[in-house]
Amino acid sequence: MAMLQITGLTHSYGGDHGVLGGIDLTVPDGRLVSIVGPSGCGKSTLLRCIAGLIRPTGGTLTLDGSPIDGVPDDLAVVFQDYSRSLFPWLTVRDNVALPLRRRGMSRPERRAAAQEALESVGLPDAGRRYPWQLSGGMQQRVSIARALAYRPSLMLMDEPFGSVDAQTREDLEDLLLQVHRTQKMTILLVTHDIDESVYVGDRVVVLNRSPARVHADLDVDLPASRDQIETRGLPEFVRLRAEVGRLVRGGGRSPGAEPADTGTASDIVTDE
Amino acid sequence: MTAAARPRDLAGRVAGGLLHRWLPPAVLVAGWEAATRAAESPFFPPPSAIAARMRDLWFSGPASRLFLSAEAGDSIAPSLARMGLALLLSVAAGVVLGLALGRSERALAYLEPLLQFARVIPPPTMVPVFVVLFQLGTQMQVASIVFGAVWPILLNTADGVRSVDALQMDTANAFRLSAAERIRFVIVPSALPKIFAGLRLALSLSLILMVFSELLPGTSDGLGFQLTYAQSASDVPTIWAVIVLLGVLGYLFNSILLAVERRVLSWRRGTSNSQ
Repeated sequence: MAMLQITGLTHSYGGDHGVLGGIDLTVPDGRLVSIVGPSGCGKSTLLRCIAGLIRPTGGTLTLDGSPIDGVPDDLAVVFQDYSRSLFPWLTVRDNVALPLRRRGMSRPERRAAAQEALESVGLPDAGRRYPWQLSGGMQQRVSIARALAYRPSLMLMDEPFGSVDAQTREDLEDLLLQVHRTQKMTILLVTHDIDESVYVGDRVVVLNRSPARVHADLDVDLPASRDQIETRGLPEFVRLRAEVGRLVRGGGRSPGAEPADTGTASDIVTDE
Repeated sequence: MTAAARPRDLAGRVAGGLLHRWLPPAVLVAGWEAATRAAESPFFPPPSAIAARMRDLWFSGPASRLFLSAEAGDSIAPSLARMGLALLLSVAAGVVLGLALGRSERALAYLEPLLQFARVIPPPTMVPVFVVLFQLGTQMQVASIVFGAVWPILLNTADGVRSVDALQMDTANAFRLSAAERIRFVIVPSALPKIFAGLRLALSLSLILMVFSELLPGTSDGLGFQLTYAQSASDVPTIWAVIVLLGVLGYLFNSILLAVERRVLSWRRGTSNSQ
């Protein structure tokens, strides 16, 4: 497990228009934190900075106290576009086993670990097939299996369920919750789906439009064991969803809560 | 359709496919045979005479040598050996240099004009240069073939390497694949369709250059030599036999390459269907 600390993180892709405008965020060990915000607000840029794929222009990032410089060792990423992130020339099993080469595991060990990970995402028989022979939801399960087999302490997910149908999406959300319960790891999930951010998160971090800052940070006080029908009907879920929705649209926190810096609310356009 | 009817349908389709494929050449050869027999020109022997000459020249050997005659060992074997060696060198040099160029934006920016320049020089015009640089005979011949065949492989490889999907590279980076693993599991497989396209071009170029390099002085064997020799002896059927053999070899090599490509790139069928 890992603790992630972000202080004053800024980034701009050249020019003076910043994408990230000073993000402060601490993610304690073993939490599942949803990051939600309007589309184009810099959520993916934030995730890529944490993954070490982009070098931010300012601020500090530390993982377990050591600064992130390049891709951290115990980190796995699940991208939205599974069809491009899985390698079509490798079988499902080889896709899952590929990152394990640098773990110093022998070939049979890698295969066994891949098979175990595939079983844990409900695909025990898919190993010999190619990714393109599977449905979209199954392909994203393979991506998750690849991340799990790698045994990361921090798993980053960039809108992982954005390209699958609603039913599959719910199944994958439950799979994620189950993974988080059984395997001790810190998970950061970027999404633009407000329902999803509340349903899977221990905590929901709302970003405002670029340059992105943390607009609000809410604890999700829902029972640990969640159910698609029951949890979504709980008064607390309904209240949180409304609150997050309001925040994403640029509103302040509801009465009684601390007021947050909203910036200009009028130019905020929400996604979908 | 019942399950029992299916195999017969399939066999019928295969037979129909073969018929469509071979009917035009068969008609053409028959027409050629009729026309040349009617014309009785010494410069245009009928295909049956050409086939007989091919058999006498190259395929009259003992069964233990796959019916290849000693003459085949003097003409076909050296030609194919040169072509094979040159193709091997072209693939090795083209893929390695293409990988390096494709990975480095700067190297490509510096070298691309030069490469495009070198590529458009008709390889036969370089032969006098190679005659000076290399020993006459096999060395010079192989160099001539390589100079023609390496460009399509090199440029296609560089192009394929450059167009590796950014997300696939991000994935490779996020899982911290080593440079060697990245090349072996991500970059090369992703560039392979383009590499094969370059290989097909290189194959036909190398056949042309193989014959051309053997037409030059300093050659004492090979199909090109046999062609010039037959020409000086006014041995028209042998000239035709060499021409037909070159056509058959070209067709054969291309078919083999296509079969290998289909097998190596079998994963592409699925992805192109789904897109």
